[in-house]
Amino acid sequence: MQHGKYRFIVGFLAMPLGLYALFVVWPFIQSIYYSFTDWTGLSPDFKMVGLDNYTRMFDDKIFWKSLQHSLLFAVLLPLVTISLALFFSFMINVGGRRRRGGPVVSGVRGSSFYKIVYFFPQVLSIAIVALLFAFAYNPDSGAINSLLRGIGLDSVQPLWLGDPNLALWCVMAVLVWSTVGFFVVLFSAGMASIPADLYEAALLDGASRVTTFFRITLPLLWDTVQSGWVYMGILALGAESFAVVQIMTTGPGGPDYSTTVMVLYVYQKAFRDGQAAYATTIGVALLVVTLAFAAIVMRLGRRERLEY
Amino acid sequence: MGSTSAANHGGGGVGRRDLIKRSAALGLLTLPTAGFLSACASSGGDSQDKAKAGKKTAQNPLAVNDTAQMEFVLFDGGFGKEYAEDAVKIYEQNFPKAEVKFSATQKIQSTLQPRFNQGTPPDLIDNSGAEQMDMGVLVGKNQLADLTPLLDAPSYDDPDKKVRDTLRPGIVEMGQFDGDPVWIFYYAYTVYGVWYSQKALNALDEQYPETWDQMLAVCAKAKKKGIAGWTYAGKYPYYIPFSLYPMIGKVGGRDVLDAIDNLEPNAWKHPAVKACFEAYYELYKKGYILKGTPGLDHIQSQTAWAQGKALFLPNGSWVENESANVIPEDFDLAVSAPTGLDSSDRMPFGTIWASGAEPFVVPAKAKNPAGGMEQLRIMLSEASSKSFTAKVKSLSAYNGGTTGIILTPGLKSGQAALEKAGDNVVNPRIQDWYVKLQKEQIGVAGLGEMMAGRMTPAEAITKIQGFADEAAKDTSIKHYKHQ
Repeated sequence: MQHGKYRFIVGFLAMPLGLYALFVVWPFIQSIYYSFTDWTGLSPDFKMVGLDNYTRMFDDKIFWKSLQHSLLFAVLLPLVTISLALFFSFMINVGGRRRRGGPVVSGVRGSSFYKIVYFFPQVLSIAIVALLFAFAYNPDSGAINSLLRGIGLDSVQPLWLGDPNLALWCVMAVLVWSTVGFFVVLFSAGMASIPADLYEAALLDGASRVTTFFRITLPLLWDTVQSGWVYMGILALGAESFAVVQIMTTGPGGPDYSTTVMVLYVYQKAFRDGQAAYATTIGVALLVVTLAFAAIVMRLGRRERLEY
Repeated sequence: MGSTSAANHGGGGVGRRDLIKRSAALGLLTLPTAGFLSACASSGGDSQDKAKAGKKTAQNPLAVNDTAQMEFVLFDGGFGKEYAEDAVKIYEQNFPKAEVKFSATQKIQSTLQPRFNQGTPPDLIDNSGAEQMDMGVLVGKNQLADLTPLLDAPSYDDPDKKVRDTLRPGIVEMGQFDGDPVWIFYYAYTVYGVWYSQKALNALDEQYPETWDQMLAVCAKAKKKGIAGWTYAGKYPYYIPFSLYPMIGKVGGRDVLDAIDNLEPNAWKHPAVKACFEAYYELYKKGYILKGTPGLDHIQSQTAWAQGKALFLPNGSWVENESANVIPEDFDLAVSAPTGLDSSDRMPFGTIWASGAEPFVVPAKAKNPAGGMEQLRIMLSEASSKSFTAKVKSLSAYNGGTTGIILTPGLKSGQAALEKAGDNVVNPRIQDWYVKLQKEQIGVAGLGEMMAGRMTPAEAITKIQGFADEAAKDTSIKHYKHQ
């Protein structure tokens, strides 16, 4: 039966690989191909223009601005979100005060309630989250400025999304808020599988909570953190950042290009300006950035796997 | 979401900026998807199975084949679809043997872009809304049919009058891009200007100001009572031109606006432009703009204005429908042509911006283009126009059609403003010729920054002139000129 082995394996692989090639690889190749044309997206005729789109992209100030913002998203958002999520899930699972007769490690009081609360934003569609925050950021009657007025800070009434210095941070805050819950749940699941006797031993040795976190929790959770990092980076470069920028910001992408990101730029070029070929060019740049990001994270995060 | 023609026109595009479409847009986004769309591009074959021409008669001047299928795709926005359904019924009555395929959607682009790429578009399209397909590109790629046969056909009501002669000023010109062919038919008619509550002005014991000094005086008076003079869609500052451009036209004459549209060098450096920018900037300097305005979107600014927090709002006639649920009953909505500078202005007070909206097109590759045009001819009858105006609170391209129906306050005021303007109607084309320049660059990066006080008028003008020069040099966009 040895000779039939490969046929057997191929039989199983053909279907999924075929689907993958057709629906993932082929569109990628096509997009790259179209980035060398002058296709408008509105008519079937186009011609090859060589590297014109690429030279144009390198001279395009808005492209560089959007690249800069996307990179900032890719670096900062995972950092903030994952740090917060690690902190929250540690407090929920391990950080609690030891109660008489209770288990050795437990979360803070009411941790099961917090777990649900943190996960809540995940249930809402990102479009709804963005819309809700757009209301909250309304400088005239939004929740945030009303709150500021309510506590007597009448002079502090920022324009939030209307201020080029604040707008990008406002957008990032929304992304952190809406995604942190998912990672809390993800890391909680990871922490639950860490054997309690490791903690017990550490506590007997007199380790503080901070030490247990850095010496036990984080190393044993490293794989999860790493994939979470890549996932969050892709969210920050891709659809999620598009949704919030498109729905919330001035213009969108403003004020004065202060919030434009690469995905938004792709969308605007393809669907507003009728320059689908140029949009695919930016798409190719986005592909390069995303792959580079994933490669860097994987490379930096490489560690020996711990067995327990 | 009740917006009307906001989006038809490049300038007011945010009218239908609603949640559903935006989230739907997400799905169209990723690189693979772009690949899928493009997949359609290469598969496009020409379908030459056009419907044969029918018999040309007095009742059927466009020689519609009375057995051919006619497909009509409508944008289902603030105007709804009832008016079109009524017109479709008339078509079906007139051509009982023809099958009519009517559909209404908000997703014009996602539904129709692939069909254009395949060469099988419908026969009549209302290409409007947030997902409007770029007209310049459609025209440039020869995707649209010339509507001249329709315009030269006898009108539905009066066989001695051509359709062309029953229309409001500017409708035909707006459908032209370069040269004679008319590619687009704008069915609705929008009046842009300064919108206000007559009741609020009465309470201040004021009339709508005709000169800028009077404008500042009214704002000062309002400020004392704790009311702001102006507010605008701060997040979409390309609403400001709705009153600013006609003001520039009034101060400096039509040539200034034409030069801007033609992307002529130094068009924005004209003294009239500078004077108007400075006038608007003064509103900010003196604190006459509602606090927080740069962070408000169009709905929020309209709501604040309807609540009486601000007196004046630059907008278009769709505002009456769009903000119907927040405008109080006794608001007494009115529109005025923009305030000028003083008596030395080149055009009289009353000079107003009015133009077509809700663009209908017949694709060049449609199977039954005559049917599409006949459907439009039916919609341009007095009865259809009347039912449109009565149902959606908007004027139509048909000149007239308002007698015998009760007009809402805003509509009545718009009608009066048009009468007062007479021939002094301006129609800046920059917002349908150069969407990106108008919205993102002049609007958001230029005017928006100036009105938020982050840029002086001189800086804004330099920046905008830079954008215009860039657009003039950009070979990736098609350029147009006033004839």
